[in-house]
Amino acid sequence: MSETKNRTNEYETRGVVHETCDVLVVGAGPGGLAAAKSARDAGAEHVLLIERDDRAGGILNQCIHDGFGIVRYRKQLTGPEYALRAEQEAEASGIELLTGCHVLRIDAQDERERAHTHVHARTHTSARAYVVTAVSADGLKQIEAGAVVIATGCRERTRGAIAIPGSRPAGVFTAGVTQNFVNIRNIMPGKKVVIFGSGDVGMIMARRLSLEGAKVEAVIEIFPQPAGLSRNVSQCLYDYQIPIFCSHTVSKIIGKKRLEAVEISELDESMQPIKGTERLIACDTLVLSVGLIPENEVAQTAGIKLDARTNGMITDEYLQTNVPGIFACGNARRIMDLADFVSEQGELAGRNAVAYLNGTEMGEWDEARTSSMAKGFPEEGVVTCTLCPTGCQVRYNEVLGEYEGNKCKRGAVFAEQERVDPRRILTTTVKVTGGKLLPVRSAEPVSKQKLPQLVQELSKITVELSVKCGDIVAEIQDGEKTVAIVATADCSL
Amino acid sequence: MTKHDVVIIGAGGVGCAVARELSRYNLNIIVLEKECDAAGGISGRNSAVVHAGFNNAPGSLMAKLCVEGNRGFEALCRELDIPYKKTGKLLVAFDETDMNALQEIMQQGIRNGCEGLRLVDADEMEKLAPGIGGIGGMYSPETAVFDPFLYCIALAENALENGVTFHFNSEVVAIEHDMIEEHGEEHSDDRFVVKTAEGGAYACRFLINCAGLSSGNISEMAGGPAYQIYPCRGEYFILDKVAEELLPMPVYPAPRKGIGGLGVHLTPTTAGNIIIGPSAEYISQIDDLSTTRPVMDELFAKAKALMPALERKYIIGSYAGIRPKLAPPEEGGYRDFIIQEEADCPGLINLIGIESPGLTASVPIARMVRGIIGERMPLEEKKDFVAKRKGPIRFRDLSEEEQAELIREDSEFGEIICRCQKVTKREIRNAIENPFGARSISAIKYRAWATTGRCNGGYCLTRIVDMLVNEYGVKPEEITYRSTGSELFSGKVK
Ligand SMILES: Cc1cc2nc3c(=O)[nH]c(=O)nc-3n(C[C@H](O)[C@H](O)[C@H](O)COP(=O)(O)OP(=O)(O)OC[C@H]3O[C@@H](n4cnc5c(N)ncnc54)[C@H](O)[C@@H]3O)c2cc1C
Ligand SMILES: Cc1cc2nc3c(=O)[nH]c(=O)nc-3n(C[C@H](O)[C@H](O)[C@H](O)COP(=O)(O)OP(=O)(O)OC[C@H]3O[C@@H](n4cnc5c(N)ncnc54)[C@H](O)[C@@H]3O)c2cc1C
Repeated sequence: MSETKNRTNEYETRGVVHETCDVLVVGAGPGGLAAAKSARDAGAEHVLLIERDDRAGGILNQCIHDGFGIVRYRKQLTGPEYALRAEQEAEASGIELLTGCHVLRIDAQDERERAHTHVHARTHTSARAYVVTAVSADGLKQIEAGAVVIATGCRERTRGAIAIPGSRPAGVFTAGVTQNFVNIRNIMPGKKVVIFGSGDVGMIMARRLSLEGAKVEAVIEIFPQPAGLSRNVSQCLYDYQIPIFCSHTVSKIIGKKRLEAVEISELDESMQPIKGTERLIACDTLVLSVGLIPENEVAQTAGIKLDARTNGMITDEYLQTNVPGIFACGNARRIMDLADFVSEQGELAGRNAVAYLNGTEMGEWDEARTSSMAKGFPEEGVVTCTLCPTGCQVRYNEVLGEYEGNKCKRGAVFAEQERVDPRRILTTTVKVTGGKLLPVRSAEPVSKQKLPQLVQELSKITVELSVKCGDIVAEIQDGEKTVAIVATADCSL
Repeated sequence: MTKHDVVIIGAGGVGCAVARELSRYNLNIIVLEKECDAAGGISGRNSAVVHAGFNNAPGSLMAKLCVEGNRGFEALCRELDIPYKKTGKLLVAFDETDMNALQEIMQQGIRNGCEGLRLVDADEMEKLAPGIGGIGGMYSPETAVFDPFLYCIALAENALENGVTFHFNSEVVAIEHDMIEEHGEEHSDDRFVVKTAEGGAYACRFLINCAGLSSGNISEMAGGPAYQIYPCRGEYFILDKVAEELLPMPVYPAPRKGIGGLGVHLTPTTAGNIIIGPSAEYISQIDDLSTTRPVMDELFAKAKALMPALERKYIIGSYAGIRPKLAPPEEGGYRDFIIQEEADCPGLINLIGIESPGLTASVPIARMVRGIIGERMPLEEKKDFVAKRKGPIRFRDLSEEEQAELIREDSEFGEIICRCQKVTKREIRNAIENPFGARSISAIKYRAWATTGRCNGGYCLTRIVDMLVNEYGVKPEEITYRSTGSELFSGKVK
């Protein structure tokens, strides 16, 4: 099953670069960044973090919206800001980050040694149990590591996997791919959009595409409730009057060359389309947000057991897989809603990898650490606080004359503000000389009604290189108020 | 208007094989294809099996050309560097009726000249294809699988190298006659002027109709008989490569009478993905490539009977192909290929009803066409005909040592663009720079095999688009999935 057919049996393959390290981390998303940093902080001398993309940050680089970091940093950060912070922390700890390098597989060293009597000089204390093979423009590398943390993230479930009937025209994209095209590559998939699946990424893209001038016709969800956070139902769908059809499916894709329409149908209790409920929605783009799947190709090469249903790596409470010395964290282990918890988990995985090397005690992961957020439809007649992912359902109690349902004081303030003048943090991109996009945000919340107009205004400006995260790149007029627009990532040539 | 000895309509497996065969001779040849690339028709939507020839009626062209095609296939694939794997094939019986059917089919195969056919019991079946259901079967050692996209592309590229002209995005919409009267060119040999929707006009002496599902229309356009083609759709599922080891060879059910195909079967592809299908359903339009819920459910159930280890989670995609049948629905089964110069329309060489085993038979079909032309005019062999073609490097198939060496020569071999199939940047570049100038995502997909894996291009599409936009100056709104009309994007965001 694993892709080991290219493997030569010789211990030293000519032309291959050999290196060593104590802890090797695969994937530099929030999980891998935190793991690498904490492994270093826990005393590992040489920690190598390998990332196939040309920069660290993982999926967060394309999540330009805010809502990250509340738990971990007690701050409202956007994805790129959160990623940059995690990267700076990791680099400050003295890890080595290798980008543009694709890990192909992990082999256990002792097997190789058993097969070949090659005597191999060991560096100081730890026996280097694993050999990680990776490829980059610099060549093919084999890196020996004492312990490994796998933080390879996830991929999206596709149209092919869920087998939507119909034709196969251009114009069907997954939500993450759409996000990447729109937020990073400055490419717009289409103008009339239907979104299938009400996961958070799908809802966030409904808002993003609306703000960039597309008409989002509907969100279709097979379950009776939206799949994502209530906060996103409120701030991504309700704010933009995007209808959501629950207990519905996309029953057919129509269009010979480019998508022309989708047929949707209502589902009965056994999730079967009900005959006679079909209706057509004309659209040129279908965005799928139908689930994330842990990305575990690399893990499989090491013989790590995966959960047959979720495809996530199976670990014990110490985040260790069935292969001793190989740890797992983040979405590659189990899909998580919040980057903050991924970082926390990565930290533990990195620390435990060092404990494994030193033979000291490992810490346990608290699985309950992930689920305190309101999901599905907001309750009737409440304000969903969108300040943080908890999504408190705040209600005004007429008798007591106060707000209730909010877990912190800011919820009441938000709800009051929402009554008189709803405001949101604006997040979008602006052009940079040379054609790239720079993610930006407003320094303070702006009037909700004015968001689309302000985003359009910002679309017209071009920012000069080089920009640092936090730099003010423009000012906008929100009624009487002048609001600063700040870069949320570094940008240079 | 340009003048040619031969105009070939259609760059499917048949048209490309004819082009390549005729390119051995001193002839002026042009291929007109409405899609943006080769293999845009049926030839890119089938089971990709090199059939042995036991399914077809003894004495038929189908039987004869299939057996002949099978014998030469491996050598051709070596010559043109086309992925090919001699897997053998198993026909599975579930009951006595099936066993009898296998007896019959084996006898038929022997009469057709197929080699090595034999009946196997359940024990041997378990050895040949572990985990496959059934009480017994028939084994065909000569059956193989190949890459149908690269098959067409390789034939076309080799024909191009040998002087054939290809015009893609050129849809034939009219064919005119009687050059002599119209243009008063007494000595012109031209019999046809072929016109395309794009405004092209091509005069020729021989018109070779390799238009697959449209071959009936083309014949009529050219003044030949109006053959009725009955489109019969076959739907497929594609499985993840993780299921590769479940199936060493194509596994078919024993033949049942009256169906328009070979029954739902399981086929390994040269790339390692198993395909399940096809169904057989007569439809009204020649271009309705939809998949449908009832058929998809049926496919899965039938395939699961053949391979109990099959699971839904292995599915990564689906597609459909359409058989250009001469047999109407009420008749079912197969009618033989029509391959002839039409008596009342000299110069029109029709290839009609080229359904399965049309790809296997395509080179012998091409030789028949050459034979027909050779009877009408002397054919002079080129001295400088280049028979061999080298396909681009496939990084994933090399040893680590070779990989390391390649990266040293060209660092783009070190940049993985398609994570599922391990396709490198250099391979994408080679695909983009193909000699036909086909820049669609499908053209890149079939050449480099990117976007074909379990993430359906989620990872590599963004990177391929980056290359097209930033390195080749293609505007986002000009990028198409296939031919014009299948634009992927509406443009820039800002
Ligand atoms: C499209 C999308 C949108 C999301 N939006 C939000 C959101 O708005 N808010 C929120 O809190 N959470 C969001 N999430 C959840 C998010 O996945 C997690 O919060 C977090 O980013 C997961 O971190 P990770 O480190 O596990 O994975 P990732 O961030 O995906 O990082 C994995 C890294 O591993 C690298 N990698 C993988 N395989 C290899 C290999 N073989 N060799 C080298 N490198 C490799 C990848 O390139 C990637 O950089 C979103 C997820 C997705 C997929
Ligand atoms: C479901 C299915 C399974 C099959 N399995 C196998 C198998 O396993 N093994 C095997 O050997 N065979 C198999 N076949 C048969 C095989 O695929 C076909 O016989 C073969 O591909 C036919 O090739 P072709 O070139 O005639 O047709 P096509 O590949 O369809 O080529 C015709 C070309 O003509 C072009 N064209 C049409 N009209 C015009 C016009 N007006 N102007 C310009 N161009 C035009 C089309 O765009 C097309 O590219 C299968 C077929 C089907 C449908």
